[in-house]
Amino acid sequence: MEDNLDETSQPELSADEEALVKEMPALTDVGQARRTFLGQSLTSGVGLFALMLLEKEQALAALSAPADAVFAPAAAPENTIRIAMKVNGAAKTLELDSRVVLLDALRERLELTGTKKGCDQGQCGACTVLVDGRRVLSCLTLAATLEGREVTTIEGLARGEQLHPMQAAFIKYDGFQCGYCTPGQICSAVGLLEEARRGEASHVTENVTVNTTSLTDEEIRERMSGNICRCGAYPGIVAAIKEVHSGKETARTWRFVNDDELARVRKEWQTDETV
Amino acid sequence: MARYIGKEINRVDGVAKVTGRAKYAAEFRAPNLAYGFIVLGTVAKGTIKSIDTRDAEAAAGVIRIFTHLNAPKLGPKASHEQAPPRATEEQDKSFRALQSDRIFFNMQPVALVVAETYEQARYAARLVKVSYNAEKHTTDTEAVRDRGRFPSQGPPPKPRGNPEEAMKIAPVKIEAEYRIPIEHHNPMEPHAAVAVWQGDRLTMFDKSQEVYNVRKHLASSFNIPEANVQVISPYVGGAFGSSLRPNYYPALTAMAAREVRRPVKIVYTRTQMFTGHGHRPYTIQKVALGAERSGKLTAMVHEALHNTSTFEEFSDNTTGFTRQVYACPNLYAPQRITNTDLSTPTWMRAPGAVSGMFALESAMDELAYALKIDPLELRLINYAEKDPESGKPFSSKALRECYRLGAEKFGWKDRKFEPRSMRDGRLLVGWGTATGIWGAFQMPATARITFKANGTAHVASATSDIGPGTYTVITIIAAEYLGLKPEQVEFELGDSNFPRAPAQGGSWTTASVGSAVHGAALAITARLLEFANRDANSPLRGAAAADVEMLDGRLQLKNDTARFVNTAELMKRNGLGEITETFEAKPSQERRNYATLAHGAQFIEVKVDPDIGQVRVTRAIEVTACGRIINPKASHSQEIGGVVWGIGMALQEATEIDHRFGRIMNPNLQHYHVPVHADVHMIETIFVEEDDTVVNPLGVKGMGELGMVGIPAAIANAVFHATGKRIRDLPITPDKLL
Repeated sequence: MEDNLDETSQPELSADEEALVKEMPALTDVGQARRTFLGQSLTSGVGLFALMLLEKEQALAALSAPADAVFAPAAAPENTIRIAMKVNGAAKTLELDSRVVLLDALRERLELTGTKKGCDQGQCGACTVLVDGRRVLSCLTLAATLEGREVTTIEGLARGEQLHPMQAAFIKYDGFQCGYCTPGQICSAVGLLEEARRGEASHVTENVTVNTTSLTDEEIRERMSGNICRCGAYPGIVAAIKEVHSGKETARTWRFVNDDELARVRKEWQTDETV
Repeated sequence: MARYIGKEINRVDGVAKVTGRAKYAAEFRAPNLAYGFIVLGTVAKGTIKSIDTRDAEAAAGVIRIFTHLNAPKLGPKASHEQAPPRATEEQDKSFRALQSDRIFFNMQPVALVVAETYEQARYAARLVKVSYNAEKHTTDTEAVRDRGRFPSQGPPPKPRGNPEEAMKIAPVKIEAEYRIPIEHHNPMEPHAAVAVWQGDRLTMFDKSQEVYNVRKHLASSFNIPEANVQVISPYVGGAFGSSLRPNYYPALTAMAAREVRRPVKIVYTRTQMFTGHGHRPYTIQKVALGAERSGKLTAMVHEALHNTSTFEEFSDNTTGFTRQVYACPNLYAPQRITNTDLSTPTWMRAPGAVSGMFALESAMDELAYALKIDPLELRLINYAEKDPESGKPFSSKALRECYRLGAEKFGWKDRKFEPRSMRDGRLLVGWGTATGIWGAFQMPATARITFKANGTAHVASATSDIGPGTYTVITIIAAEYLGLKPEQVEFELGDSNFPRAPAQGGSWTTASVGSAVHGAALAITARLLEFANRDANSPLRGAAAADVEMLDGRLQLKNDTARFVNTAELMKRNGLGEITETFEAKPSQERRNYATLAHGAQFIEVKVDPDIGQVRVTRAIEVTACGRIINPKASHSQEIGGVVWGIGMALQEATEIDHRFGRIMNPNLQHYHVPVHADVHMIETIFVEEDDTVVNPLGVKGMGELGMVGIPAAIANAVFHATGKRIRDLPITPDKLL
């Protein structure tokens, strides 16, 4: 996307989205090696439905306002500010109401709706993005403070067709259900690993005089506790972060009971009436 | 042999969700979009005396301000309600915004500011001045508990046997009262709508668990045909029951958009969500259990009462499953409701069941200690071999296996019976268990499959995926029965232009929509066979539809796969680019001869810090018997979610009301505590599959609710085991343990 002062630009199919029409790549990772898995294409799984909705939006975008549409008499925002920043590598210049926070600038002005509004008051973490590589709550960050800064959102993590390892690991460990907190969780996780690399301590760090670079599960949980997941996908999120952090796989925590086990317990209670 | 069913498969919407491309309601764009911001009232009961909107109207960017004085009246209420857990239809008496000067609850919407930008609307909303004629209100359920009445819907409660007499003569009995505070769903995505009118046609992007219901609601609100309304809801950022009903904001959004002749977007703030979609009601329960010294239950009395609003009746049927969980000849389990000046409660994950089972399963633990019988053994002693309520057999029930295997996995045999008898260093260790139960429901549902000659299929049904993995599970089912790979199947949902599906609630989606997709796939198979058998030389000549299956581009005989036709060639020969079949699946007649339930055993370990009363759930084992598992990966995530919700309910969640003002004090995520990463430790799932040919053609039962049902009781029981303190009022906060 180029510099964009026009807030009413029409949605268009990106190259990625157009490629989807032609291709529906593999979705399963049954028995797939990790390397293959991490190489999963960015475009896989974004269904045609998304495209159909884009078309719906495009059709709506073509609508012009009826003659009797009501507009505010004094529509222009007061106290406008001009901000030049980088978003996902691209230079952006925005003219904004000074009250606009980064979250709304992304969602309402730049069409980057991957960053989510969950509470709008810094209590849930859904809006987490990276500013100059550090995780911040975009709902509590006035856009006016971002002159010359570099913002990375969930849309900026993949490299071309390649998912960021954290994105791939979230899929592998089913670290989400509804998906709404997911962009914030992933941005937070990416920021967290940088903090660990810098040796920053947390509330649960045993010895704060020693740089913490290797994270235990408890450290990951503590450092991710600002990101709420109401679906409760926490164990999968921790497993995903651990794998990206240390390369260690987390074993499955579910299994099917097999017929032999069933036969055994059924036999047991026929001979034994207690537990 | 299933190729995909029962296999671990990644979510088909996974990439969309991890890259931020999945579009939720508020994220759809429309030209000339205006922003609405809701103004909430500040008294709990009374009337609006006056509203001064002059300052707000003069603020920059303001397009119009709606109040009850100028908002158009909405049409008659016609939307149906599908009420889990009993799948009954109820009349819509839901609250609608700005329709009168009457105040029914605090934080009720009293005005809507529409402006050019979000910031302008939010600012101007603060300039709206409202004065009230306040009346005396009652928001405390405790204060009106003696005014409880039976809900008007459903049969009046009937005792089984003679519970009164049986209780009198029971050698061992316990009686206790349990309380659950108001709780809120707090999905991460705030409820949102974008309304776009084209003449008298309305397109609504909404966060919804049932697009057909929202469509009906909007059509009746604006007196337009349902065909004029399209409701689109492709992704829902969690709902947990809070989007089962249309809520007040979609009609409000559409009304504003119609008046200003522009698209309008309204997004609830986190605070507005606390009165914008209902809540789990404040529930008081009295449980009395009578038993023989052997542990055999002889009498169960479980009385529940919870709040409803003054304008609408709601009941979550708190005691419903009490009738079906244990074998007991004498039982009385009435449900009462009482009016308060709060918004109407609604269904919240495992509605009724988790509340009722918290009380009943805590009481069972109390009884076990009164009897000095192991709590798990007490449950086995009272195992229901047939449905105690109807006397019908269960279509399947592997609960005993769940108890046994869970106990084995958990190491239950090493549990010391006495409270405060197990320790980990300075921490008190407690082990608790409880039974989970939920209905294996099925609702009528319709799906459409278009099978294409190029070997792909398009599947559509107007269901929803609020997170359980419906996109994936339906894709798997279609792939399985069309003999395709999942990536060759495109499944769409969340659009009222698709064939009708029930609300995503009650854990019935896979059973309902999955059965419809299964039926449509078999219809495609039958059609292909019909075309094949027009050819006198067809290798399938004489075969019945039930004898053939589709697999990898072939239509073949199941028991002789060497006899097949190539489907692409067959379709080409017949000049068919694609075949479309629409199938409606309905619950079978056979189901009526059985009790159809899903069960689970749940084991919890807590560690309690005796100095500060902090409880940690360090281990949770879910053993689940709910028919066939389609995608164990997502099913496990559902079970994890159930445990996390159980932790929240047991230890953290409470909506606090200052009854002097009848106002919620903690309508935000800072003060309404939900579990965070640091609260969640090891959670394991064991699936005990049941081969159930009765429940539905796929043999699936639901699990979204089931995994939560026993958890709060299991945690409370574990806390008792750890500390010797029986906490009967949730949540179990540290102050209650000190």
